[in-house]
Amino acid sequence: MKDAIGNVQRVVVLGGTSEIALATVVKLTAERRGVQVTLAARPGERRTTATAALETLGLQVSEVDFEATDRTSYERAIASTFETGGDVDVVIVAFGLLGDQERAWRDVDAALELVQVNYTAAIACGVLVGERLRVQGHGAIIAMSSVAGERPRRSNFVYGSTKAGMDAFYTGLGDALTKDGVQVLVVRPGFVRTKMTRGLAATPLSQTPEQVADVIVAGLRAGRRTVWAPPALRWVMSVLRHLPHPVFTRLPV
Amino acid sequence: MDGHRSLRGWGRTAPSVATVHPAGDDAELVRLVTDAGRRGVLARGLGRSYGDAAQNGGGVVVDMTSRHRVLSVDTEAALVEVEAGASLDQLMRLLLPLGLFVPVSPGTRQVTVGGAVAADIHGKNHHVDGSFGRHVVSMDLLCADGTIRRLTPESELFWATVGGMGLTGLVLRVTLRMKKVESAYCLVDTERCANLDDLLGRMTEGDRRYTYSVAWIDCLARGSSLGRSVLTRGWSANLEQLPRRLRDHALDFQPRQLAVAPPVFPSGLLNRATVAAFNEAWYRKAPRERRGEIQSIAAFFHPLDAVAQWNRIYGPKGFLQYQFVVPFGAEDTLRRCIQMLGDAGQASFLAILKRFGPPSAGHLSFPTPGWTLALDIPIGAAILGGLLDRLDAEVIAAGGRQYLAKDSRLAASEIVHMYPRLDEWRGVRRAADPDGVFTSDLARRLGL
Repeated sequence: MKDAIGNVQRVVVLGGTSEIALATVVKLTAERRGVQVTLAARPGERRTTATAALETLGLQVSEVDFEATDRTSYERAIASTFETGGDVDVVIVAFGLLGDQERAWRDVDAALELVQVNYTAAIACGVLVGERLRVQGHGAIIAMSSVAGERPRRSNFVYGSTKAGMDAFYTGLGDALTKDGVQVLVVRPGFVRTKMTRGLAATPLSQTPEQVADVIVAGLRAGRRTVWAPPALRWVMSVLRHLPHPVFTRLPV
Repeated sequence: MDGHRSLRGWGRTAPSVATVHPAGDDAELVRLVTDAGRRGVLARGLGRSYGDAAQNGGGVVVDMTSRHRVLSVDTEAALVEVEAGASLDQLMRLLLPLGLFVPVSPGTRQVTVGGAVAADIHGKNHHVDGSFGRHVVSMDLLCADGTIRRLTPESELFWATVGGMGLTGLVLRVTLRMKKVESAYCLVDTERCANLDDLLGRMTEGDRRYTYSVAWIDCLARGSSLGRSVLTRGWSANLEQLPRRLRDHALDFQPRQLAVAPPVFPSGLLNRATVAAFNEAWYRKAPRERRGEIQSIAAFFHPLDAVAQWNRIYGPKGFLQYQFVVPFGAEDTLRRCIQMLGDAGQASFLAILKRFGPPSAGHLSFPTPGWTLALDIPIGAAILGGLLDRLDAEVIAAGGRQYLAKDSRLAASEIVHMYPRLDEWRGVRRAADPDGVFTSDLARRLGL
């Protein structure tokens, strides 16, 4: 159960090796360790490393296998997580693929892989987790969207289209679940320096995972529905969305 | 009004959504309990617990306030049988004219008898009369198996229910031994105390002469004024102690509501500056010493009840109440806690200090001999969580505990250090409710 101060007792990360999600878990539990964390991710070295890092901080970590391209896998992961242990306070939906944009818009397999992970699995997990939290009568979902979904850009519109879709779904899910005491926070980061973006040139207003985590935790505690990281991106994107096409396409973003 | 509702405690924090049923007759409640789903059932009264004690996210919450009849009154024996949803306010209005006063009155009349049992509430007379459970002669408890059992103080389940936070069953009816009084007034002595030593000295030396005793401490006073306070103590007034003009209507009890707090207050209205100014004015306004003042029961016991919904003044983020007890001999811990709160600038209106007498027989009852301090703190400061966790550690080290009816943030790991009889209570609860039908957000949060 979440308490009056905002302390949480149990957090589940879908895509448990996400750097932003892990930084969020660390911030969220900064005041009180001993919180239970479930990392749902592909088995392997990255998950082991993530678990070890959180355990060093005193968190009680459990691992569960999770494969976003396999429906049986994520259904089983979510069911087993919710059926054992206490109520879940926060679920972070953090899995995603950036993919190779130039392949993705010309190769069906590459395009469908992005759709499968970033959209299909994200929506399926939203449905499954939303129902579990509805039954609890409390809880929160943090959905990792992206500003890439706000206005498609030549450089990553396939990725952007999947994020636009999942963003719309989670925004609506939040409205649907309000009366059940469940908060859904849609997070729209700009460029974040993580393994996902390694090798790409950073754009202006780029962020570290820790900076994004600060924005997420503040938004969660304030009961927000959407946050941008950095917060100024909200206004930047608002302008970008309305720029005439010839101007927009000439921007170095 | 049967339906899906978001419920919060008096502190207006951490809500959860439950299916709320107005309590019907016994048969209907039996059906509710035996048909309970996986998220269980919980009784709720007037919602004066500060945290999540009367919430049951995803489950059923029975609104007991619809069952508020007074079933029998025996003025000779001072015994009344009431339904659990009856409030202390109602009992005072009805029974004071008959010369009967509730045996224990907390700082508000707006609590139900069922809630008073569940939290084993205490009042200003704890040092002489103990807590609420001591005055319960018997009660009817609807148990998880659908049976209704009449419990008396001889049974273990009785004492697991007194202070058991509603987790042993639904309290349906309570027979209560009232206090006979000659008037609805108190005879009150007021003293101003310069600092904590002065206060503790006067209470230790003089409390036994009084039925009622409580001190209001200015937690923002520092240095040599640390713990400066106003001590008010008194007795229920006899007829001959009343001025002539009151004698003909000595038992009249018609407390008035002066105001209702408006629904919208900005957060941060209560900050260090405004609260310090209030506390200063309030301390200066108190007489250095005044003896034998006549005060109405409402003015003496329930000053805050004059403003309905006063919890709104803390704004949308809400507030919490931190109440702990430390044993006699742990005065240094008490001083350190007041100092830590003052140093952190955690603004609070006056804190309340009381001396507890002998413990209750309830496994999870809060009162235990010692000093109990209670103060309201607005939610907001980032340092608050860590500060209160450190205070918990001080309290535990001194052998003290938190009051579950006030708690909204204690860590599950700490509860066993505060309530040494927790396992014994769990055993009694498990025997009465093996499947955990009765549960609450508080129970889930603390792993009770």
